[in-house]
Amino acid sequence: MSGVSGLLDHTFMRHALLAALLVGIAAPAVGTYLVQRRQAVMGDGIGHVALTGVALGFLLQTSPVWTAVAVSALGAVGMELIRSRRRAGGDLALALLLYGGMAGGALLISLAPGASTASLTGYLWGSILTVSPADLVAMAVLTVLVAAICIGLRRQLFAVCQDEAFASVTGLPVRALNLLLAVTAAVTVTVSMRVVGLLLVSALMVIPVAAAQRVGRSFAVVQLLAVVVGVLSCVGGTVGSYQLDLPSGPTIVVASMVLLAILAVLAAARPALARSRTGTMARGAVLRPRANRQEPQESR
Amino acid sequence: MCQVTPLALHGVHVHRDGRPVLRGLDLTVRRGEVVALLGGNGSGKSTAVQAAVGALPVAAGRVELFGTPPARFRAWRRVGHVPQRSTATGGVPATVREVAAAGRLAHHGLRPFRRDDADAVDAALDAVGLLDRAEDPIDALSGGQQQRVTIARALAGRPDLLLMDEPLAAVDLAQQHALARTLAAEAARGTAVLLVLHAIGPMEGLIDRRVVLDTGLPVPAEVAA
Repeated sequence: MSGVSGLLDHTFMRHALLAALLVGIAAPAVGTYLVQRRQAVMGDGIGHVALTGVALGFLLQTSPVWTAVAVSALGAVGMELIRSRRRAGGDLALALLLYGGMAGGALLISLAPGASTASLTGYLWGSILTVSPADLVAMAVLTVLVAAICIGLRRQLFAVCQDEAFASVTGLPVRALNLLLAVTAAVTVTVSMRVVGLLLVSALMVIPVAAAQRVGRSFAVVQLLAVVVGVLSCVGGTVGSYQLDLPSGPTIVVASMVLLAILAVLAAARPALARSRTGTMARGAVLRPRANRQEPQESR
Repeated sequence: MCQVTPLALHGVHVHRDGRPVLRGLDLTVRRGEVVALLGGNGSGKSTAVQAAVGALPVAAGRVELFGTPPARFRAWRRVGHVPQRSTATGGVPATVREVAAAGRLAHHGLRPFRRDDADAVDAALDAVGLLDRAEDPIDALSGGQQQRVTIARALAGRPDLLLMDEPLAAVDLAQQHALARTLAAEAARGTAVLLVLHAIGPMEGLIDRRVVLDTGLPVPAEVAA
């Protein structure tokens, strides 16, 4: 373990681990609501739009982080407006964000003085070791904001993501909460881009939630477990990437998938373990009827 | 305040996709009254409920919830709503109790969920016979049981006006009888109830008045009878 404790002697590594911790908290906390609403890949659409924001930052020669926040928030709001107006349009809106964001980023960066698509590589795949103290302060402030929204408005956001028709009749400002969630997701994407990269950011919003679902039975527990899995993946992946000399973003994502696999095996083994312990069929655990998923339909 | 009519629709016209669905509907539900809204598919039953809660714009006419148009209505804690084919399940597991607890949002708002909120949720789950399943994931329940959770969610707010859009579609007969008893108790304490139904069934003895819709207009009583 001397190698691991030695890590903290390096300033850049302390910064990297702190950044990883922040992302590990924020991404799954927001991601739980997106998965709840069956919009698991929305983070990916926002990530691609953020690329245009990063390129705009290079073009204007200002901090790419803030232009990315602004542009991705606009993209997320646009997508939410399309989703809320036309039920079937969400799919197309996502496609527009994905391709428009990529093309916009590549175009703008070619116009930026002294920059090329190579300048974007660190943002596409993450470059956690180059996180500066100024970046860290911005990330910490934004993470506190994201966490406050996700925890403080948990019951409200849960109700809106679960059943909009019901939520509006409890007097909740459904439109405003949906827009808040979209902007929160956009902020999370930009917070995470230095750590895991824009191409993989969505993975951290989704995979920890998928992992937590293997063992959690309630929404509150799944959200909490997802944050735990997210923090373990980010911190573990960062340490692993340093030790094995691998890029941080992909290592973090692979770490989260390993945790998902472990939890899936544990969940699958649970009924079998119960069976061998009791010597009976433990039927309740195995034969729980799953879902009667009725797709919501337009009603008259 | 008690004497204000919980729900009143006056000459309501609603269009969907450019087609008229309601064509001048008059409908009132008074305090303690149970009104059944009946009619075939596409007759406008659900549209009437959605217009009543302000989810659909009204092209002409007037909707009033406790004397106030939905757009200016703020006392949503007085309204319990069971949407049609409600999506009780989501992409993340949630327990029966978590889903039913959403029915208390109009009461506690941004304040924390308190003891009286928890008691109301327990009582509502008990009323639909699902208190013993409170900690189960809602995915593990049958379609009819999930529907009863959405009914508990509406009851948890202890509303003065209950709007239920086909709450019985997948609920078995024994539970329909149990639900009829619950609604009778609600009506006895003064709750106004609007029930959208395909068939009256076990609700027969409960219903004070029935309104049969045909292409957006009530069928005259003598024809409906």
